[in-house]
Amino acid sequence: MVIKPSTLIKAAPWLLTVAIFLIWEIICTGLAIPDYLMPAPSAIWVSGVEYAGPIMMHAMQTLWTTLAGFAIAVVVGMMLGLAVGASPLVYKACYPLLVGFNSIPKVAFVPVLVVWFGIGTIPAILTAFLISFFPVVVNVATGLATLEPELEDVLRSLGARRWQILIKVGIPRSLPFFFASLKVAITLAFVGSVISETVASNLGIGYLMMSASSSMNMPLVFAGLIVIGVMGVVMYELFALAERRLTGWAHRNPNAPG
Amino acid sequence: MSFVKFENVSLAYAPGGANAIEDVSLDIREGEFVAVVGPSGCGKSTLMKLVSGLKPPSNGYVFVDGREVGGPLKIVGMAFQAANLLPWRSTLDNVMLPLEIVEPFRSNLKKEKAQYTADAEALLARVGLAGYGDKFPWELSGGMQQRASICRALIHQPRLLMLDEPFGALDAFTREELWCMLRDLWQEKPFTVILVTHDLREAVFLADTVYVMSKRPGRILVRKEIELPRPRPLDVTYTDTFAAYVHELRDHIGRIRES
Repeated sequence: MVIKPSTLIKAAPWLLTVAIFLIWEIICTGLAIPDYLMPAPSAIWVSGVEYAGPIMMHAMQTLWTTLAGFAIAVVVGMMLGLAVGASPLVYKACYPLLVGFNSIPKVAFVPVLVVWFGIGTIPAILTAFLISFFPVVVNVATGLATLEPELEDVLRSLGARRWQILIKVGIPRSLPFFFASLKVAITLAFVGSVISETVASNLGIGYLMMSASSSMNMPLVFAGLIVIGVMGVVMYELFALAERRLTGWAHRNPNAPG
Repeated sequence: MSFVKFENVSLAYAPGGANAIEDVSLDIREGEFVAVVGPSGCGKSTLMKLVSGLKPPSNGYVFVDGREVGGPLKIVGMAFQAANLLPWRSTLDNVMLPLEIVEPFRSNLKKEKAQYTADAEALLARVGLAGYGDKFPWELSGGMQQRASICRALIHQPRLLMLDEPFGALDAFTREELWCMLRDLWQEKPFTVILVTHDLREAVFLADTVYVMSKRPGRILVRKEIELPRPRPLDVTYTDTFAAYVHELRDHIGRIRES
C-alpha cells in the first residue's frame, strides 16, 4: 500500500508521539525500572484514570489561572507594545526596563507576590501574566517600528494624522506579529501559573505534582506533566488556527506571482 | 504664473550639517511634466520631500499654488519605486485608501461609496487593470502593482503628482508599457508631474522639461526643454532628435561624474 506524502505529514506528529511512548514503555518494562524512579506510560495511564477526578479539578484551576494571566498579558502587552512601537521616546524610556524585568526569573518573584496577595490563585495569575506579556510587547512594537518609511510618506503627504497612520497601517501590519506572539505567550503562561502553584498554592496541577512527589507517587507526577503538555498544545493550536484565519495575507503562497 | 516655485532652497537634514540640496531655484507651471535626473545621491528625493511639505527647507522658500509650503499638502499624490500596497487590502481598497484620509472625500465616503468605487474601478480600467480590483496585491505582477500604486496616487485627483523612480524596479518592456500608460493618463487630463528618475530615455520621452542635478550637495545644473511634438508615440524613442536629447543629457551627467 502506498501512503500519500500529505497524509504522512498530517499523521507524523501522532506517529512520533506514539513511537516515543512505545519506546519508553519497552525500556521501563524491559529494564524493570521501578515506578518510583521512572514510571512506564502504562502506569501513568492507570494513575491518570485512578485520579481522574482530582486531576480534572486541578487542571481546570491551572487552565483558568493561566488564561486569566494570559488575558491580562495580551491587553497590557498590546497597549505597551503600541506605545513603545509608535513613539521613539517611549521606546527609549521603556526598553531597558522591560528587558531587565524580563531577565528576572519569575520563580524568584513568586514569594514577593505571596507576601502581597497570599497563596493561591492570585499569585498564579500574576506569575502567568508577568512571564507572558513580554513577547507580546516586543512583537507588537516590532510590527509598528518596521513600517516602511515610503508608506508613511504616502500617508503623511495626504495629511494623515499619526493616529490615522496607526489605525490604517500600523495596527493591521503588526497583527501577524501579534498572533505569532500569542502562541509563544500562551505556552509561557502555563509555565508561569504552574511555577507559582508549585511554590505557593494548594490548588492546581503544580500543587498536585508537588504533593504527589512528596509521597513518591511518581506516576501521578508524570500524569500531571502530561496534562500540562496537552493543555499547552491545545491552546497553541487554537491560536495558530485564529492566526491563519485572521491574517491569511501574511502567510500567502510563496509561489504566487509578484 | 508658476505652480511650483523654489527660491534659493537648501536643505540640511541635521542642523548645521552638510546640505543635501543647495541653492535650488525652480519654476514649474501648472500642467507641466517635469523630470529630474542626476547621479545617485544627488538629493532628488529630498526635492520631493520639500515639495510635498514633509520637510521644511533650511534656507529659501518653497511655494506651491502661490502659497508657501508649511506642512503636508493634500493636493499631492505620490508613488515610489516600491509599490508599497497594503497586503491585507484588495487592490481596489488600496487604490481607495487616500479617500479615507483626504477631505472632502473622507466625510463623503459613506454616502458616496458607490460613486467612489465606480471612479476607482474606472481608473484601474484606464491603466489596464480592469477586473483586478478584488485581487490582493501579492496576486499581481510587479508591473501591475506599480500601476495600482499610481492609481492610488491619482484617486483623489491631486493637482501635483510626484513620482520617485516609479519604474526603476521593472524590466525594460514593462517599463515602456508604463511610460505609455502614464503618458496617456497625463495627456487625457493634464496635471503637474515631477518625475525623479535615473533613466534619461524615460525623462526625455515623458517630460516637457528636464532638470539635471549635480552631485551632493545637489544643485540644478541644466534646464532642458524637450520640444518633441505631442502626443509622442513610443517610436519617437528611435528618432535622431530623441537620441540627440538623450546624448546631450548623458554628456552633462558624464561630466558631473568625472568632476
